[in-house]
Amino acid sequence: MTPAGRLTSVDVANFVADGALRFDAVVPRALADAALGELGAGGPPSPFGAAPGSPAAAWPGRPLAGLFRDWPSLAAVLELPAVAGIIEGLLGPDPIYDHHYAHVIAPRQAWSQPWHADAILDPRRAAFDIQLCFFFHDTPREMGGTMYLPGSHLRRVNESAIARYQNFIGQQAMACPAGSLLVCHHGIWHGGQPNRTGRTRTMFKLRLNPCGPQRLTWDTADLHDPRVGQILSRDHRWYGHEVRLEIANRVRLWRALTDDPSFDVERWLTRMENQPTAAAARRDPVR
Amino acid sequence: MRKQQLLVLYAATSSPDSPVGAWSLFDGTGRDNHMAGDADEPPYASVVAAMRDGWRVIQFPALRPAAPGAEHDTAFLPYEFVLEKLVEV
Repeated sequence: MTPAGRLTSVDVANFVADGALRFDAVVPRALADAALGELGAGGPPSPFGAAPGSPAAAWPGRPLAGLFRDWPSLAAVLELPAVAGIIEGLLGPDPIYDHHYAHVIAPRQAWSQPWHADAILDPRRAAFDIQLCFFFHDTPREMGGTMYLPGSHLRRVNESAIARYQNFIGQQAMACPAGSLLVCHHGIWHGGQPNRTGRTRTMFKLRLNPCGPQRLTWDTADLHDPRVGQILSRDHRWYGHEVRLEIANRVRLWRALTDDPSFDVERWLTRMENQPTAAAARRDPVR
Repeated sequence: MRKQQLLVLYAATSSPDSPVGAWSLFDGTGRDNHMAGDADEPPYASVVAAMRDGWRVIQFPALRPAAPGAEHDTAFLPYEFVLEKLVEV
């Protein structure tokens, strides 16, 4: 992230490879405490399960800007330069509110939520939603928090169809200091972990949609950084030899985000796109 | 009475001696209750290593060609080996 709070190409490449970006203590503690207080006081009502015709039911699909004005601490969190920069860097300007929910896990909750992807199987290739998961209080490992699987976001599964899986090499638990943020691609595999402490765990999740094409929406000064190709080639190991398919799909997404149809890594897509015709061969014979 | 324990190992390739990338344990004896996120290291390095410890393979993953037009799509882990132990209780 730049000093001005904008994502860099290296950040976005990491998002394309992992399906998530983690920012520890990005929300100052006093503001995090205040935001947690607003959630504890009832919130903004979630549209999830809201009565038809209620104000909360009318939020989905509206511009995010101004929606949280009656909850000034939550609004201030979203307006932090770093948070706003993350949102704009991944979605572009004028994001659309999808829904939010405060996931509250009671003390000594021993049950582990099975692995799942949110919503339903989403066939989009070149566009994506993001989910911001805020951990406003300290969340040590014995408190959970959310387990997520880097590199899972481009796999096409429907919701809890992956519930039979229990553990993966490289799975990550979001154990973090107060004010931390995990930003995920909508397809990330994840699940809530047990809370073995005597304290309640709260995680505030906010899903946002893009309003326009997600093209070069971040600080692109480092667009041609050689690390981009290395990052997109990352092997998370849990998917075995399918890593090359993962890389090919990441390259497709990177091409879309950068509007560069010629970008490639190790010629994974380029060699398949080379389909010379007989006529072209006659015009330009191999010598 | 013998009860079944199931160990599901997801291998890197179709070979049972390739490394394990994901795993699940379901214990029909009721002694253990495994669940998502409860271990960071697999119980065995490979399916063959589990076999050498007495686990019996009861499902071998079938090899299927890619669907035309969806050759690069990824979804579930393809190399799912199911193993069992029958335990006297």
